[in-house]
This record gives sequence, structure tokens and C-alpha cells, in this order.
Amino acid sequence: MVEFFRNSNIDFLGKKWYFLAFSLIFSVAGLLSIFFWHGIPFGVDFKGGTLVYVKFAETPKLDHIRAAMDRAGLKDPKIQRFGEAGNNEVLVALEQRETSEAALDQGKNTIIRALESSEQQQAGKQDLNNTGPSSLQQYLLSKDPLHLGMDAPAKYLAIAQQVDDFRNKQHGGVLTSIDELKGVVPPEVLAAMQQDFYTSDFAVRNVEIVGPQVGGQLRKQALWATLYSLGGMLVYLWFRFELIYGVGAVVACFHDTIITIGFFSLLNKDITLTVIAAILTLIGYSMNDTIVVYDRIRENIKLLRREALADIVNKSINQTLSRTILTSGLTFLTVLSLYVFGGEVLRGFSLALVIGILIGTYSSIAVAAPMLVAYQEWRSRKTGRATVPAAGASREKVKAKA
Amino acid sequence: MIKNQTVKVVLIVAVLIFFLFGIFGIPQSFTPAGLLASMQQRIHLGLDLKGGTHLILQVQVNDAINADTDRAIERLKEDLKAKNVNYAEIVKPDPQQHPELIAIKGIPSESISEFRSIVADRLPDFDLASGPENSFTLTMKPSIVKDTKTKAQQQAIETIRNRIDQLGVSEPVIQEHGLGDYQILVQLPGVDDPARVKEIMQSTAMLEIRQALGGPYSSEQEAMQANGGILPANAVLLKGKNIGQRGSENTESYWVITRASAVSGSDLRTADAGRDENGRPDVKFTLTGEGGRRFYAFTSAHVGERLAVVLDNKVMEVATIQEPIRDEGRITGAFTEQQTQDLSLTLRSGALPAGIKYLEERTVGPSLGADSIRAGVRAALFGMIAVMVFMLVYYKFAGINADLGLFLNLVILLGFLGFTSATLTLPGIAGVILTIGMGVDSNVLIFERIREELRHGKTPPQAVDQGFKHAWVTIVDTHVTTIVSAIILFLFGTGPVRGFAVTLSFGLAANLFTSVFVSRVIFDSILNRHQRGEALSI
Repeated sequence: MVEFFRNSNIDFLGKKWYFLAFSLIFSVAGLLSIFFWHGIPFGVDFKGGTLVYVKFAETPKLDHIRAAMDRAGLKDPKIQRFGEAGNNEVLVALEQRETSEAALDQGKNTIIRALESSEQQQAGKQDLNNTGPSSLQQYLLSKDPLHLGMDAPAKYLAIAQQVDDFRNKQHGGVLTSIDELKGVVPPEVLAAMQQDFYTSDFAVRNVEIVGPQVGGQLRKQALWATLYSLGGMLVYLWFRFELIYGVGAVVACFHDTIITIGFFSLLNKDITLTVIAAILTLIGYSMNDTIVVYDRIRENIKLLRREALADIVNKSINQTLSRTILTSGLTFLTVLSLYVFGGEVLRGFSLALVIGILIGTYSSIAVAAPMLVAYQEWRSRKTGRATVPAAGASREKVKAKA
Repeated sequence: MIKNQTVKVVLIVAVLIFFLFGIFGIPQSFTPAGLLASMQQRIHLGLDLKGGTHLILQVQVNDAINADTDRAIERLKEDLKAKNVNYAEIVKPDPQQHPELIAIKGIPSESISEFRSIVADRLPDFDLASGPENSFTLTMKPSIVKDTKTKAQQQAIETIRNRIDQLGVSEPVIQEHGLGDYQILVQLPGVDDPARVKEIMQSTAMLEIRQALGGPYSSEQEAMQANGGILPANAVLLKGKNIGQRGSENTESYWVITRASAVSGSDLRTADAGRDENGRPDVKFTLTGEGGRRFYAFTSAHVGERLAVVLDNKVMEVATIQEPIRDEGRITGAFTEQQTQDLSLTLRSGALPAGIKYLEERTVGPSLGADSIRAGVRAALFGMIAVMVFMLVYYKFAGINADLGLFLNLVILLGFLGFTSATLTLPGIAGVILTIGMGVDSNVLIFERIREELRHGKTPPQAVDQGFKHAWVTIVDTHVTTIVSAIILFLFGTGPVRGFAVTLSFGLAANLFTSVFVSRVIFDSILNRHQRGEALSI
């Protein structure tokens, strides 16, 4: 039989000062970074701003792009490579102030114009790589190269879709010459397009523009979601166990949240909407872990009435240790696979989960369980007698009386 | 016992078939490609996976209030005139911030009771308050304000839907966006051309026919001078282009136009692109019965004066009223054919009652969506295989049990998505992956407990029984708390995050069934075949 941690007997509570030091170092480092260094690095979802993902036909030269942005008067845009190197993708990020109230997409349009003008100026021609199917349909309708009658809109739309599909599926989003459309569109259409279009060496693949109003609302919403979620669990644990169990578990989750956000701040990684979703998930996960230990403590308090609470807690952690390590290990494995294989878009999300699962597992052993003992010691010092917050047990007493 | 067991197995197989149907429906063919096609038909992908445009708009609901108060002022003026009540002025003190306020000054003392009865009679939607020196303030009732704003939002949603429908987008989402007040969410799968969409949507096409009081003037200064430096309180200065002089390009003129309109876009019944007698493109429209009656009254009262066709606060045409017009009219201008097509489309689909402002714009290119799916599926497969192999190695025969449960869990989860037409988003795929990881948690809890009981010297049947019994309490607690956080995510989250919450909750619910019920049935059927004293492979 393969088995880990059989009959382990580690004195976890004896190491509580190490745990405290470890937790303090990480939370304080995170908090220092939040307050004095990077702040909370909110992504475009929360802060507002413009993100434009540009795909180039060839390996992009970042300094050329930067120079073009400078010429267009864009202040301090963030320009970085995105995704796998072979994809030739670049992310250009603008701060909120580059999006104006009246025209949300002003920043995006400036970026596109800047990149277009940094290439050979093709006076009067439209850039095919940045023309969508319905705009192309409009163009074809106005030119009407095939002299179609009533069904012109539908026919030209179909041609425009074909061009779009051809560009996206067979040329990775960027055409290098109008001539590549030979055979894809009727010759009359091709001739018209050769007159009025040219191909730049890039295409805008994704755009995210968030105005300031939405960002503010989302920030508020994320904060409330986190607090409600913690509150909901406190109430559930209060109902299922005792209040102190709920408090211990919520403190542990709060600890995990602070440290995870602190990590993002230290690494200066953007906190996006999906990262918040990950943080809420890890609150659930950490809670899950804590409950497994608490359930064992509750069970053992009933079985081993004579023993001190500290010993019971230690014993319970050890009994559930193999399960804790196994589950965390397996969940960690899936999350790690998400981080490694899940692609660029999910990177922030999976990073939060990778950190969160490690911290969440640690906190249920090192924070949530010792809190019960600390609370009991504090109570007994105060009242002069030992009270065991035996969840369930107290309820049984009530039952016995009734 | 055996019979009972058979019933349970039948139930499990039924569940499996039911959810397989949820995923695939009745597939046209059983080849991998055919199955994939029917799966894609059943499971809706979110915008982040199939590409498209996502917009959040703010409806400028104050516009709708302003339109109502403008109309109320006109009505009040007419009634006061009819009853010979004098007044110094009737204005809106702050149309930007407080469109619901109307200030009336200089009502003679002897007419105040008459004035009050007119207001009570004719403007029931307003509260009247008196101020110093015979001045009064009319405030639109808060319930009416709220009602008007809500209606403006709903009408905006309807109007946008009509316009989008004419673009021929499949499965568009146009709905109230819960995050802020009077916001609309627009999602257009497969459209990666937001500029064109906005062009169609943003042309608010506020068509109005108003009275032209003065013009044309060649510049703003000239217009002001002609009116003694100050415009009449009921009028605004609007710009017009190429009016009355077609062919000559880009001549701008300024016109003094009344604030209130005789008829507006909502009075419109039809609008069609056509050509005028000279073969130039124009738009012909007809009015509704109500609108026609009002237009007739207006044109009868103003024969010989001029009216202006105003579209989005731009003067399109000015014409002298030759005779009362009932319900037909025409908008001419230096239009191209395409412009008249677009204009008639916007007019037909109804006018937006209020302007819109863009708050958020996202476009996902189709190729990025496809890349994301590939990466997500790859991560899910790797994660799942790793977990399954580990369970087999660590728990041997019981590992098969867990792996079967995991597989069934996945089938139920995807089947749920197929049945409920919930959308699968990229974070939703992550939710599936996380469910795989957390899904084995219940198995691990139970198996570890069974091992523990076996170590304490219990027989296999006893150990299995005790293991499930003890682990059950913990499993309920862990599932409930995670579902609590998923529900809160769903309530607060939007878009992709909601998709994540949905898959996570479904996955956990399915997990309760597979890891507790199914796993128990498998254990029991193994134990039934066991010889007494034979060891359990776990």
C-alpha cells in the first residue's frame, strides 16, 4: 500500500510562533507593498483604461512601436510582448486618462492610427487588416463592383465574411498583400479592393476599453462579494459549530486573501476580474480545508474528553494530515496544469490559485486550528476556568436537559 | 440487498445516459466529428471563447426627462395664453443636473388661483411649490421621474435590439446590465467590428419636427445679433448643412429653432428610402394617428411660418408650411443612397428616447477565442490525467472507483451545461478544471477514513460503512461553504465570472452524487463478491 504520513505525530501547536512569524512576514510584506510600493495593481477591469492586443505579420520591434506611440502623443504606454513568441503579438496598454468621456475608444483609434502611419503612408487607402466584415460589406455596397440588385447586401456580406475567414483562419489574422485574396473573392471585387485597400503589417486582435465609471462600480462590487462571502461562511460555521470556529476560519481566509493580494502587489501583476474570481474560489477552498480539520477536532473533543484542547487539536491535524496533503497536492496539480498549459489569458487567474492553494492549506493548519487553542487559553485566563469550546458537545448538553 | 443494489446501478446508468444526452443531444452521427458538432450545438460558448463584441452603454435618462419637461412647458404656455394668465418667464433652471425642475416667474397676484387650477388640472405629474415674488417651481413627481427613466431604458433596449436584429447577428444579448443604474449590456457573438455596430446604434436618430423661428444665418454671431444678443427662452440655435441649396457642397447655416417639437420619432409609423422628383435620394415617412392629429393642429396654427426637420439636433430641412399637413412627410438632404437606407432603418426601428454613452468596449478576435479553448482543454486534460493516474497508484482498486466517479462528474457537469443552456466561458473551463481537483477531495476523505478504520481492526464492510458515515458530515460542510462562495460570485459577478460560478456549483453538486452515492454502490458491489476475511484493495 502506498501511504504518506501514516501515524504522523508532529507537534504543530508547538511551532505556533514559527507559524506566526511566517504569516506576519508575508502579510506585512504584502501590506507594505500595497501601501508604500506598488499599491493594489488593479487591472483594466477595475482601474479603467485601454488594452489593445496587436498581432504583427513579422517579429515586432518594440522600440519602433514605442517611437510610433510617442509621435502620436500617447504618454507612457505599456508595450510588451504577449503570448508565445511565434505569435508575434504585442500588448499596448494605456492609462485611464487616454480614454475620454465622450469617445471611449479614442485611445484605441490613436494606437491604430499611430501604427498605420508608422508604415508607408498609403494616401486615401483603407487598411484591410483592420477592416471588419460589416465595414467591408458597406464598402462593397457603395462600390457595387458586381452590379447586384436587390440581394446585394446579403451577397456582399457573404463575400466580406469569406475575406474575414480567410484572413483569420488561413493567415493568422494578418494578410501581407491584397493579391492573396485571388481566388477567394470574384475578380471584379478584387480589382476594386486593390484600388481602395492596402495591407498594413498588423491587425488588432482584441480590445478592452473600460471607462472610469464601470471600474469604480466593479471595485466596489468585488469588495462586497469578498466580504459577503466571508460573512456567509461565518454564519454557516456559527450555525454548524460554534462562533469561535467561524471566527477562526474567517480569520484564516482573510489571512489568505491578504497574502494573495500582497503577492500580486509584490510581483506587480494585474488584478483582473478573473483574479477576483480566483480569490473567492480560494476562500471557498481554504474554508473547505479548515472545516476538515475542525470536523475532526469536534469529533475528537467528544471522544477524548479528558485531554487538553491543545493535544486534541494536534492529534486532529495529524489524523487529517494525509488527506490534507493529498487533496491539496492533487488540486495543486490541476491548478499548476492550468498555469502551465492554460494560456496567457488565464495566467493571472491560475497564479492566484497556485498561491492561494499553498497558503490556504497552510492557513488551516497554522492559523485556523491554533486560534481555537489561543481562544481557549485567553478565556481560561480571563475567567479562571478551562472552557472547551466543544461544538456539538454543548448542543448535546442542551438536548440532554430538554 | 442485491435487488436494492441493482436498482441503484440502474439509476446510475440512467443518470449517465441522461447527461450524455444533455451533452450531445441525439447526434447525427457517432463519428468523433459528428459528436463534436452536436456538442457544439448544445453547449453555448461565451463571448470570450467564440469571439465577438461586448459593449456596456449608459442611457442618458435625463434626456427623456428633459423631453417631458419641455413638452410640459409648451403645454403650460398654451393653457396660460388660452386663459389669459400673464407670466414673466417659464424656464428650466438647471436642465443638466435637474431636468425635472421648471421655474415660473411673475404670475400676477390676481391670477394665482387660476394658475394653480390650470397646473392641477393639466400637469398632474408635477408638484407645485410657491416661492418669493409670485414665483413658482414645478417639480416632476419622483415616482414619475423614476418611471420615465425606467421606460427610457426599456425603450432604448428595444430600439437597440431592433437595430441589431437588422444587422443579422445570431444570438445577440441585449439586456439590462445590473451593475449600475440605467446601463445596458450588448453582446454580439462573431462581430469583431465594433465601430460599425456603434455607428448603427449610436445614431440616436432623434427625429423631430420643430418650428423654425429665424434663419438662415451664416454664423453664430450673426444669429445672435439678429436676435438682439439673446435667443428667445423657448429656442435654441442649431446648425444645418446644405439646406435649400443642394449640389453646392458644405455650406453651413444656423437656425433659431424652438425647443419643443411638434412631433417626434415616437410618432413615426413608417420610414422608407426613396427618391424625390429630381431623382435624389430621400426618406419618406408617415405618422401615427395621434402624431398626425398633433401635426395637423400644429401646421394649421402655423400656416405661412416655417418648420424644420431636426435629426439628432441637426437641421436637415426647413420648409414653409403651405397648408395643414396631416400625416405624411419627407426628409431630404444631401444624402447618398446608403445614407438614406441607414436613416430609414434607424427611423423605422424607433428612435432612442435618450442618448447613450459607452462605458466599456471589449472585442475578442475569433482566433484568440479558439486559442483559449485549446489551452483550456489541454490544461483540463493534463490535470485530469495526472489526478487519475495518481489515484490509481495510491489507492489501487479503489482508485478505479474514484476515477469512474471523476469521469461521471465531468459528464454530469457538461450535461448540465447542455440542458440549461448556461454559457461556458474561459473562467468556466477553469471552473471545470478546479472541480476535477476538488472533486477527488471527497474521495480522498472517504478513502483515508476507510483506511483508518481498517487500521483499527474493523472488517472491510464495517470500515466502508464507518468511513462513509464519518466523512459524510465533513463533505456536506465543505460543499456547502464552497457553494455559498460560488452563489455570491454568481450574484455579484458579471459575464465570464458568472460562467465560472455556474460550472463550479454544478460541478460540486454533481460531485456529491458521484463521490458519495456512486462510490458507495461500487464499494458495496465489490464487498458483495468478497470472500469473508479477504482484504480490500484500497
